[in-house]
Amino acid sequence: MSLNVEWQRSDYSRVPYWLYHSADVYAREQEMIFRGPTWSYLCLEAEMPEPGDFRTTWVGDTPVLVSRDRDGTVHAMVNRCAHRGAAVCRHVRGNTKVHTCIYHRWSYDLTGNLIGVPFQRGIGGQGGMDEDFDKAEHGLRRLRVACYKGIIFGTFSDATEPLEDYLGPMMCAHISRLMCKPLRVLGYQRQRIHGNWKLYLENLRDTYHASLLHEFLVTFGLDRATQKGGVKMDVRHRHNLTYAHAGSDSDGDAKAAYGDHQLNSDKLTLRDPRLLEFRQEYEDDRNLAISTMFPNASFQQLNNSLATRQIQSKGIDAFDLIWTYFGYADDDEDMTDHRLRQLNLFGPGGLVSMEDAEAIEIAHRASRSEDASATTVIEVGGKGEISDRAYRVNDVPIRGFWSYYAELMGIEPEGAVR
Amino acid sequence: MIAVEARLAIDDLFADYGAHLDADRLEDWLELFVEDCVYQIVPRENAELGLPVTLMLCENKDMLRDRIVSLRQANEYSIHTDKHLISKVRIKGKAGDSYAVEANYAMYQADNEGNGSLYSFGTYVDEVVFTDDGPKFRAKTVIVDNWSIPHMLSTPI
Repeated sequence: MSLNVEWQRSDYSRVPYWLYHSADVYAREQEMIFRGPTWSYLCLEAEMPEPGDFRTTWVGDTPVLVSRDRDGTVHAMVNRCAHRGAAVCRHVRGNTKVHTCIYHRWSYDLTGNLIGVPFQRGIGGQGGMDEDFDKAEHGLRRLRVACYKGIIFGTFSDATEPLEDYLGPMMCAHISRLMCKPLRVLGYQRQRIHGNWKLYLENLRDTYHASLLHEFLVTFGLDRATQKGGVKMDVRHRHNLTYAHAGSDSDGDAKAAYGDHQLNSDKLTLRDPRLLEFRQEYEDDRNLAISTMFPNASFQQLNNSLATRQIQSKGIDAFDLIWTYFGYADDDEDMTDHRLRQLNLFGPGGLVSMEDAEAIEIAHRASRSEDASATTVIEVGGKGEISDRAYRVNDVPIRGFWSYYAELMGIEPEGAVR
Repeated sequence: MIAVEARLAIDDLFADYGAHLDADRLEDWLELFVEDCVYQIVPRENAELGLPVTLMLCENKDMLRDRIVSLRQANEYSIHTDKHLISKVRIKGKAGDSYAVEANYAMYQADNEGNGSLYSFGTYVDEVVFTDDGPKFRAKTVIVDNWSIPHMLSTPI
């Protein structure tokens, strides 16, 4: 299968809308990206600390079982029985000694080896498998696994570079900052958004939208384009960090930039301002640091709300977003309550995040164009070179996303900007 | 034995609850709560795991007011119409002036082109108190069975 993409610009400042709406593109993404030479977020080690603990998840369309064996080593395998293709493990999490498919009770050990086939020799010499059936050839398909600072990643490809090289210094620094202490998982939120998964990856890389779409942020001064901040990327521009410093602008600065009609801060105050309180936890005073890891995750700090987000593609027209919230094991009760209160800012009903789902759904619906030449415009912060920005009004990392996407998909234009 | 009058008043409280939300009368809906109230929406997954993360957590009536002010003036969300179907309430017990009340709900949602679906279903696990102004919610916990939220969550359930 080959894709013929006519890029109008080699710097990805024009992306054809049909790339969000094509079954051929989607199938190729599964092969070249999710099952290709990338590391995907799987889950947190804190979710499965004990031998025998497991978690099931998805990498793109592929069901994955993450399992901790008796030695404490983490394994990941395709959660699909070698016999008839049924999901071996039907639970999201748990603890077990052996994973058994309910269909014909084939069973697998904690590392994915096939260890049991009922009636393999038949009954009374009749039925069962031929002599040459070898269980060793029918284990679950394994992913390579690597852990970094308590986060478990997996890849299907032998060609994927080592995890820390893939993440690069920028992402390693961000993850190290966020995962600086043992974690305590506080719980989950899930939502299904009816739009193409790439729209969300782009949304996370778009600093331009944040303080325009999310009026709450601007109104209450949590995140304004007038604040000190910007975007950083890895050398290949596949990952992105958006950061900002609270209190680095004044209401006056913001007013001058936005104009009175778009800024309600004189009229609106919270009756319970604890929601916005920022308790500095790290050496720097960043109150917002949200990274995006290609192809399926985001790691966030906004004030004291900490979470990972996982993106699971569900066909061309939908994806699931799973938010895993955490604090630190040494948080006292007051700090835990504070984090739980700030949860109101995020998730499907978050005061500063609910709009993303709506923006993605209206973009997805309205861009289903028959016209192959119709494109989106991505040039806030300038065209051409893809590089970091020390200011907030830009969407340059979206072009970074497309440049790495095009490379993996084998659809780069001539003279492509990387 | 719960007095018939109390039972009927609690029935009315739940009827008003659904009717106010469905008519987008969020400010009237707010007045069904006492000042010292807790309103939360909880994914059933977390409830079963004993994990504290909610989808919405208002620890007092001021936080509910803030949520409504924000929805009215500082949020953009899907244009929709809701319809709550609330089951007969089950009064589980009475302790002092407080009634432990549960009811199941189903909430349908339609968009502005007339397409709709079952948006949310689950259980209300509530504490109702009688004030001089009739019964009010002191605590309302919405436990959502279909906890993978379709689209987004804006107006309360």
